[in-house]
This record gives sequence, structure tokens and C-alpha cells, in this order.
Amino acid sequence: MATAAHQPLARRIFTPTMIVLAALVAVAAYFVATRFMYGLGAVTNLNQGYPWGMWVVVDIVIGTAFGCGGFAMALLVYIFNRNQYHRLMRPALLGGLFGYTLAGVAVMIDLGRYWQFYNLLLPWYAQPSSVMFEVALCVLAYVIVLWIEFSPAFLERFGLYKVRDFLRRFMFLFIALGVLLPTMHQSSLGSLLLVMGSQLSPLWYTTWLPLMFLVTALAMGYAVVMFEATVVSNTFNLPSEQPILAKLSIMVGWMMAGFLLFRFAELALRGDLVHAFAGDLNALMFWIETALFLLPVAIFLTPGGRESQRLMFLGAVALLVAGSLYRLDAYLVAYTPVQNYTYFPSVPELMVTVGVVALEILLYLLFVKTLPVLHAHEPARTPKAR
Amino acid sequence: MALNRRDFLKCAALGGAAAGTAASTEAAAAFIRPPKEMPPKAVGMLYDSTLCIGCRACVDACKEANDMPVEMPVHLSDWNEGTWDSPEDLSGRTLNVIKAYRHGTMEAKDRETDGYAFVKRHCLHCVDPSCVSVCPVSAMRKDPETGIVTHDPDACIGCRYCVYGCPFGVPQYDLDNPFGKIAKCQFCTHLQEKGQTPACCDVCPTGASLFGLVDDLKEETERRFAMQPGTLYQFPRGNLSEDRPRHEAPVPKYIPAVYGPNEAGGTQVHYLSAVAFEKLGLPKLPKRSFAQVSEGIQHTLYKNLIAPALLLAGLAFFAWRNARKRDQDEA
Repeated sequence: MATAAHQPLARRIFTPTMIVLAALVAVAAYFVATRFMYGLGAVTNLNQGYPWGMWVVVDIVIGTAFGCGGFAMALLVYIFNRNQYHRLMRPALLGGLFGYTLAGVAVMIDLGRYWQFYNLLLPWYAQPSSVMFEVALCVLAYVIVLWIEFSPAFLERFGLYKVRDFLRRFMFLFIALGVLLPTMHQSSLGSLLLVMGSQLSPLWYTTWLPLMFLVTALAMGYAVVMFEATVVSNTFNLPSEQPILAKLSIMVGWMMAGFLLFRFAELALRGDLVHAFAGDLNALMFWIETALFLLPVAIFLTPGGRESQRLMFLGAVALLVAGSLYRLDAYLVAYTPVQNYTYFPSVPELMVTVGVVALEILLYLLFVKTLPVLHAHEPARTPKAR
Repeated sequence: MALNRRDFLKCAALGGAAAGTAASTEAAAAFIRPPKEMPPKAVGMLYDSTLCIGCRACVDACKEANDMPVEMPVHLSDWNEGTWDSPEDLSGRTLNVIKAYRHGTMEAKDRETDGYAFVKRHCLHCVDPSCVSVCPVSAMRKDPETGIVTHDPDACIGCRYCVYGCPFGVPQYDLDNPFGKIAKCQFCTHLQEKGQTPACCDVCPTGASLFGLVDDLKEETERRFAMQPGTLYQFPRGNLSEDRPRHEAPVPKYIPAVYGPNEAGGTQVHYLSAVAFEKLGLPKLPKRSFAQVSEGIQHTLYKNLIAPALLLAGLAFFAWRNARKRDQDEA
């Protein structure tokens, strides 16, 4: 039974795709080395008004949301006992594993005094009132939990079934932690902004920021599962997961309808909806976000929409872009520094972000080809190296 | 399961949205943490923009007293080859800077139209500092007696949340150094320990920067406000201990407000000016500190870790029960 439930994809490992990805990682490595030799200013466009840029917002705040597939699916499969989605669980965990592990790597690149990172773990330096303290410890703990949750894939690969079965008895604890920790730190990524007060546009600043970030993280988690399952089955000519994804999308559709309703009602109630009609950049971004959130709602909640693989895929992509934009806007666009500073990322800065994403995809491909990750089924057509 | 999943999720999504909206921002105000009090022996500075002549002796003295490197902005390199320290704003290398408000023909000092005015920027030593609240490793601390906000680079991990979160844009990380530090004014604590006055106030020739106990500086402000504009007044210089001659000048026409006491929970540095504070680049802030809101919500959610512990217990129970069910089904 479970032994054969997952199997590695019998495909060539060194493909042109992999080589392009590796090249992008190498470019990023060069700029990371420059950063460590000459400082953050040598590579990034960070300045006195913008201490956080792409590396914090894209690699960490957005990157971990992309890594929420494991969290979102675990909630559904293990807590709400929706066993039919179990086949999507392991690839989702793998996405989370790299999303989070590489966000951890990005933290080390971005930290100004990275060699003192361990101070976070020293009780005499601990500052529990700091949201950052909570985020840092939770993310660190969750990376460990993710590796444990994913470890059965390694244990099966190396035939350590006894260890796997032993671990399995305690897995419920790690599963519970694997839902609790992201609930805490994904909502806290919203709480991080609570201290910004009037420096953030009222279109984003609300005391409900923790809830907004938690819901969008879950949404992005489900969207990334839909995205990944569709891409993998198409790329490797595996049977489509469409029927089960369509089912999943109904739930996501209703969740996002609730999110949008809440967002508008809350803005209207505190009298800040007027800012959406101010005709400035913030208002424009707000409406782009809204449109991108509405698209998946429309697709997922109409039978014609979710049954078409193309439309559903489009909905998932729109949701990922919407959630990413929501985070980018909240952290950078909606933020006004005290003095007149502007920020736009430099090319080297962006290349590091691109490299981190490339490394994520590269490792994902490497893992699905060498470890039992994907749900076992016969290839639809003759295997073709991709 | 008896409840249809679809209906349940619909209800959950829409019901949650409705309930949440009903309990709007005002209800969230219940979470706000009480304000913090001014420390008993709070020290501060009074900066009087009308007295400032823009000589920048304070900028220079600060650099020297705190052993900070000089700044040479690239766009000034044509005429400045490193002889002059020319900081344009606070940075990882500059703890104190004089900036100017300029308008039109700049004919008269301390006038909003066709005038100019100076402003000194450095840490305001908040009563309830955001930087202390956000720092994950207690690198930013507020002295419980004097209220001075200090920074410990040995604790700092360089996350720069203090830079992002300060409502005055004060702490700065040195981006041009692979081993950069956070820089911020610490009221020359090392000089105060020796009984000296912070460097910027010590060198100020006109008394525009004045050091003292916050209570004493408040009295000084009252005296200035009580004088008739135009009458001569002996402005104290350096500090309030009368260790040097005063500076005689006519009392200007102040705008009838002090910047600092009512900004973001209050500050220990106060500003007087004849032009609107916003013109000087001092941000308009609510009376309440932002840390009251963020800590209030965070403490409510995480009080004694009760909510996370209960949630974990619930999650573990469901995960355990569902795993057992699954094993039974498979057996």
C-alpha cells in the first residue's frame, strides 16, 4: 500500500531547463558574494528611507507565502480529514520545504549583522514583545518541522521503512505544529506592519492585518498546489489532477469571496474607502489587487470556469499574483518613508531574487526525480526527457 | 460528516467576513496597550529652530564625539574631494544633521513664504519608542531612569526593523560596509557619564540646541512662550546649569505649539519653530504611540501563549484522530 503510494519520476536529471536554472543560480551567487564583500549598498538600491527591499519582501514575505502549500493542504487533509486530497500532500510539502528553507537562506543574505544571528536564540537577548522575534523563531521552527514532515520520502528512498513507521506514530504532533506555526508567523507577517501606523496607506493599514495576511497565505498555499499539480502533470505527461483541483477550487473561491467582502466592508466602516478613489498610485494598486482577487473567485465559483483546466490554471496564477502584490504593496508601495526617498530594486538585487527562485525550482525538480514525492501512477505516454 | 462541506465553507467564509466586519476598528481599540509614562529623571533636548543659524557646528562636533566617518555624497564629488564632511541626511555614518526648509526667494529667516528655516534631525528619544518595541534581540533599550534610547551593536542582528518602524526615520544601517552597524543618536551617553553635555548642545553658539532635564526644558519653553515677541531675552546655551554666558536675542513669533510632547506617545526632544513643523519635515503623527497598537494586538493574541497552546492541542487531537481513522480504513 503506502510503499507504492509515491514514486520518483523516472526522468533524466540534467536537462536544458536544469542547466538554465543552474546558470541563474550562479549569477545570483556572484552578487551574493559581492554583497558579503562590500555591503548591502554595493548590490541593492536600499537607502535611508527604504531599509527593506526585494530581498525581504519577495524572498521572505512573498516566498514563504508561496511555501504555504504544505500548510494549507495539511489543514485540509489532516485536520479537516479530507482524505481525497492526500495525493497532493507530498508535492505540496516539498514546495513548502524549499519556499521556507530558501527564505531562511535569504534572511542570512539580507541580515546586516548575520554573524550574530544566533542572538535570536539567546534568552538574555530575547524580546518577546517584538513581532520580528516571534516570526523568526516560528519560521525557524517550521523549517525543521517541514523537513521532519517530508522525511518519509527520504526514508522510503533509502528503504528505512522501520524508521518511517516509527516516525509515523508521532507524525500527528508534527502535523499539528506544521499547521500551528504557519498560522502564527503568516499572520505575524501582517502584525509586523501594525507598528507602521500612519506611514502606511489606510487602504492596507488595518488592525486586521494579521487576519488579512493569514487568509491570503492560505489562499496562495492552495493556489500554488493547483499551479504545481497542473504544471507537473502537463510537463511530465501524467494524468491530470483536474477533478480534484476543481473541488478544491470551490473552497478557495468562497474563502476569497469572504476576504474581498471583509476587506471592502471594513474599509467602508472605518470611512477609508475614499482613498480607493484618490486617483493615486496606492488607489491604482488597490484596484489591480482587487481585480486579481476577483478573477479566481469568478472562475472557481462558476462550474464552467473550474472545469476548464486552462481557466482554473489562470485563476490559480491570478491568485498567486494577487497575494504577492498584496504583500508587495503593503510592505513597499503603501509605505511612505519619513523623508523623500524612493526605491526601485537594482538589477543585481533582482538577479539574487531570481536566483533564489531558480534554486527553488531546480531543487524541486531534482527531488521529484530522485525521491518518492509524486503520487504513483503509470505515465500516460512514453516517458520523454524534459 | 453531517454538514455539507460546501455549505459549511460558504457559511464560514461569509459569516466570518460579516462577524469580523461588525467588530470593526473601534472594537480592536480595546486591545490597545496603555501608554507609557515619562521616566522620572528624563533628560532631553530643546531645539529652537528660530535660534539656529545653520552653522552645523553640532554636526561636526557629533561626528568627532562619536568617532563617526565623514560623508562625501557622490553628486558633490566635483567640488568636495573629502575635505568637507557633507552629510545630507541621517545615515549609517551621521547621527545628527541640520536640514533647511527653503521657499521661493528665501528672503527672510523663519518665514514660510519666500523664506527659510533650519531643523536639526536626530533621535527624539521617544517615551514609548517603536525601535525598542520592534527589536527582536533587545539591542535597542530605553533607560528606565533617564529615558535615553541606546543601541547595542553586539546584540543587533541587522534586521533593520527599527529603521523601517521608526516614525521619525532616525535609526540608520550603514549600507556601504560589509560589517555595518545601526547608527543613532544616544545623547552622548559616554560624555554624560563624565558629567559633560552632549556634543551638539555643548558647541551650539546660540543655544538653539539645549540639553537638560525634560521638566526643566518645559519650564524654559513656558518662559519663551510667555515673552512678548520682539522683547530681548537671555537664551541659555549648552545646558541649564549657567556654566557659560547666555545669548541675548529678541524673542521670535513662535507658532504656539511644541513638537514632541504629543507626537506618537511623546518624545524627550522638543522643537520650537516659527514655521509649521511639517514644513521642517517633522512628520504629523497621532498622539498615541504605534507600539501601543502593535503590542496590544500581539499581546492579546499571544498572552501567556494560551491561545497557541490550545490551538496546538486541538490540531494535535484532530491530526491524531484522523490518522488513526485512516490506518483503520487501510487495515
